[in-house]
Amino acid sequence: MPSTLVEKYFRTEKLPQIWCPGCGHGIITRSIASAIDQSGLDKDKVCIVSGIGCSSRAPGYMDFNTLHTTHGRALAFATGIKLANPEIKVIVITGDGDATAIGGNHLIHACRRNIGITTIVYNNNIYGMTGGQYSPTTPKGDKGTTAPFGNIDKSFDICSLASAAGATYTARATAYHANLLTTLVKNALANDGFSLVEAVSACPTYYGRKNKKGNAVEMMEWQKNNAVNVAAASKMTQEQLEGKFLIGEFKNKPEPEYTSEYQKIIDKLAKGR
Amino acid sequence: MEKYEVRLSGSGGQGLLLAGIILAEAAITEGKNAVQTQSYGPEARGGASKSEVLISDEAIDFPKVRNCDILLALTQKAYEQYNEGLKEDGILIVDSSVAVDKNETHKVYSAPITESAVVNLGKPMVTNIVALGTIIGITNMLTKEALEQAVLKRVPKGTEDLNRRALSLGYEMGENAKI
Amino acid sequence: MKKEPRLMQGNEACVEGAIAAGMRFYAGYPITPSTEIAELSAEKLPYVGGRFIQMEDEIAGMAATIGAALTGVKCMTATSGPGFSLKQENIGYAAIAEIPCVIVDVQRGGPSTGQPTCPSQGDVMQAKWGTHGDHPVIALTPSSVKETFDLTVRCFNLAEKYRMPVILLLDEVIGHMREKVQLPEASEIEIIDRKRPACSSEEYLPFKPEEDLVPPMADFGTGYRYHVTGLVHDETGFPSNSTKVADKLIRRLVDKIEMHKDDIIQWEEENTEDAEIIILSYGCVARAARTAMKALREKGVKVGLFRPITIWPFPEERVLELAGKVKSIIVAEMNLGQLVLEVERLCNNITKIDRVNKVSGEIIYPEEIAAKVEEVL
Repeated sequence: MPSTLVEKYFRTEKLPQIWCPGCGHGIITRSIASAIDQSGLDKDKVCIVSGIGCSSRAPGYMDFNTLHTTHGRALAFATGIKLANPEIKVIVITGDGDATAIGGNHLIHACRRNIGITTIVYNNNIYGMTGGQYSPTTPKGDKGTTAPFGNIDKSFDICSLASAAGATYTARATAYHANLLTTLVKNALANDGFSLVEAVSACPTYYGRKNKKGNAVEMMEWQKNNAVNVAAASKMTQEQLEGKFLIGEFKNKPEPEYTSEYQKIIDKLAKGR
Repeated sequence: MEKYEVRLSGSGGQGLLLAGIILAEAAITEGKNAVQTQSYGPEARGGASKSEVLISDEAIDFPKVRNCDILLALTQKAYEQYNEGLKEDGILIVDSSVAVDKNETHKVYSAPITESAVVNLGKPMVTNIVALGTIIGITNMLTKEALEQAVLKRVPKGTEDLNRRALSLGYEMGENAKI
Repeated sequence: MKKEPRLMQGNEACVEGAIAAGMRFYAGYPITPSTEIAELSAEKLPYVGGRFIQMEDEIAGMAATIGAALTGVKCMTATSGPGFSLKQENIGYAAIAEIPCVIVDVQRGGPSTGQPTCPSQGDVMQAKWGTHGDHPVIALTPSSVKETFDLTVRCFNLAEKYRMPVILLLDEVIGHMREKVQLPEASEIEIIDRKRPACSSEEYLPFKPEEDLVPPMADFGTGYRYHVTGLVHDETGFPSNSTKVADKLIRRLVDKIEMHKDDIIQWEEENTEDAEIIILSYGCVARAARTAMKALREKGVKVGLFRPITIWPFPEERVLELAGKVKSIIVAEMNLGQLVLEVERLCNNITKIDRVNKVSGEIIYPEEIAAKVEEVL
């Protein structure tokens, strides 16, 4: 029997979803629905856009205007939707490979424009849909099917990347910290400009198995034991932070939003007539 | 049927594209058909530049110059590059800085177009308008009035007087060159 | 009251036509020789309450165009060869998801960066086969500035009517040339808007076709919450692994255009009644062909001109009819033989097919076509 939240925001006839047992994506998707609910958004005025990959299947289960696009291009499609109709609340669901490899250029430019799109990156450190190839967020040294001897690439810190590129809201939580994730997505939705929330997921099927990270429960425990909130981190030493990763809000600095800046041009020209 | 194939050539930045547009618009003012095309290199300034205008009482099919009736060459390079395309009884109009081949067989008119824009008008940017005046002064292919109307429609506000003077100066040089 | 005749550039006529047809969104990326289309759209759209955006790349330009179309606005993007190649990914998306939009390709010399400022007709086959998979294509190709205006309007109308991407295949000559045009009054222009659902949101099946094989399309944000995907999908819009669903969808997309060929296909012919030889050409080359034809007719040569205006789908039936009456069809095009392949496929055993080709970056000259006619006479 689905919960009232699921009943209200999901296309229950499409469930169960395709994700593997133990995958973090389901929890993250529920957190997003919860944040939408708490934000009091009108379902008819919300559009969820995704690219290609495991995470990008999420919109298909969600009862909004939903658009499943091509690999990496979700933000470019979303930009068209938002600019053409700024009244629509546009949310992008994407993955680490989708957003930072093939879609990396679209990501930095969406950040730079500060266009009113809320982006949630489901980061499972691997290409899951294609069977476990290393992604731009696979930690150095870890294995993937295309890095059988260990990955020699340096990995991206998605939140730092987005902050530097001009996103006006960036934050990170994990599938384990689902309540925090809901709060952060809610805050991101409240920002008029471009927001990015990195949701650390877990892929026991590929990333976990390839790298001996244990089963799904152990991977969740790893999230619990290694995530440090930014507030707490400021009081910790480098030594104490070794091997840990930060969660919480990194940037919340509103600036003029792209489509409202464009509207100013339209209004100015209309007055000049 | 009256038909003119005109090629305006020089270097990029001399305003020949705009000159071509103005010439074509002047023709339209007179109720004629006109087609303007251009070719250019990748550089915005300095490279060889050519603007072509076809003017006819009838519909114009092929849009490029094949039998050039009138060639304007503002630079030596343009003269050397495009003179070959000028038909036997075509008219060659060159800037006085251009050294015309001593075996040149075309009818040649030479006028200090670039110099007068700089010296008499103090504005090198009106070279193209002086050139248009010169062409009309020599050929009478369109009326001076139609040309002036077309020039005033295209030039920036506040420069109308300057351009009128540039046009008259060119026109006079053209008329004088015929003598 | 008629509008005054004026000198106008092909690329400018494209933007004028687009706005007249109702374009209110443009997303693109700068590329020679199409850039004027972006520049003029940027300048004109906000005056009519429309929006322009310069995206980070060609792919994004196509993607944003599709996104905007889903909100109900009429959208366009423009590019040239290299950008057209990049856009193919999302042109395919627009094909399978049935998104109305217009893509302008101002052809330049290729392959790759090729000849950025020179004309070409090298993208004829890319327009048809550029993206992967089977899908219908509508591509129109104007040969004058006025026709660029008219066909841009028509591209929007066909895109809206048949819910699909429509390509305007311009070339550098037509895109950049200026000529005298007299634009029609707004009241004289036929405007077609996409079908929207007449049923309630509960009953709405976003990919269920009506009799004309075109499904009505709801705007995002109007209460019809539905799913759009580039995966094979059933009438509900959700992905399906069923082989039956896949077969049905792809066949319907193709049949949708097949069924309406007569409405879509346009051509122009001159002096074909008594012609012994027909020159088949399109875009700027058709103008060279017409000049050649007129000169040859003066000499008493029985030559005619056939100009496809709709290049895809190709006007097969009429070309077949004409092929049965003439000694030769000469296909003149600025590539090494693309549309001629279609003519050969149709008419190889019916008449002789000759070619005039050029890839130097210059337009084909009338005398080059005339020489070929005299050679095959």
